[in-house]
Amino acid sequence: MARVLSALVIGLIFGTGIALSGMANPAKVLNFFDFAGTWDPSLGFVMGGALIVTAIGYAFVLKRKAPVFDRLFHLPTRRDLDLPLVVGSAVFGIGWGITGFCPGGAIPALGLGHGDAWLFVGSMIGGIALARIARHTMATRLTTKAA
Amino acid sequence: MTEFTPWLSLFGGSLIGLAAVLLMAFHGRIAGMTGILSGLVPPFSTDWAWRAAFLAGAVGAPALIAGGTAYTIPFDSPTPSAWLVVGGLIVGVGVYFGSGCTSGHGVCGLARLSPRSVVATITFMTSTAITVFVIRHLIGGL
Repeated sequence: MARVLSALVIGLIFGTGIALSGMANPAKVLNFFDFAGTWDPSLGFVMGGALIVTAIGYAFVLKRKAPVFDRLFHLPTRRDLDLPLVVGSAVFGIGWGITGFCPGGAIPALGLGHGDAWLFVGSMIGGIALARIARHTMATRLTTKAA
Repeated sequence: MTEFTPWLSLFGGSLIGLAAVLLMAFHGRIAGMTGILSGLVPPFSTDWAWRAAFLAGAVGAPALIAGGTAYTIPFDSPTPSAWLVVGGLIVGVGVYFGSGCTSGHGVCGLARLSPRSVVATITFMTSTAITVFVIRHLIGGL
């Protein structure tokens, strides 16, 4: 119970940060990337603030043996660069540039009650589900071939 | 035009960072929306409870601010509905194969100096800027 409650409170802090920073506002996000037009540098301050706090906080937290509610820190261990990482990220950018919504901005935007955010998030979850099916299908085919 | 809001954005960004640090300290997890959300797309991961709680908080906070304070959170989505659907699909596929988005790679990954996150962040920031340039200045809007 404490575990779930803690995640709820941390989610509230995250959502507040996203809402106040402007990340839940597609017009503002798109303007950050419009250097040749109506440039709004605010997003740089969002990323800067988030990065400084996270880098300093992680340095202290990761010195501990384990998190409060788990036996270990679930840290990604891969350091290799592969094609899905680069192509996937490039594809993500195309969608972000079309809509001004990224996943972390769009989820809190749902709480503002605008249909646009719901339409985007519904479609994005469909995209994640499709991608997962595609990856499993590819993995199964490769395994079958190898066998 | 949108108003340049350096202090509010810096403050909001710091809260995002605080949430990332707390999620690591208490749950040992990266505060990446892609990763957290993916565990809630069927088939559900076994540890769905904290993910759902985090998501409920993330959605609930703006609703509470909008409903309980005098502050109006600015929101303007200039993209036509059909393109929101297309863009949503593209983002979903991209972040799944790219193993993360702005929160996971751009904040948590960069803070850990993960080489994969550095490459991912540079790639999607560049790709987004090119897309916005093409749409706004070459095509002249959607």
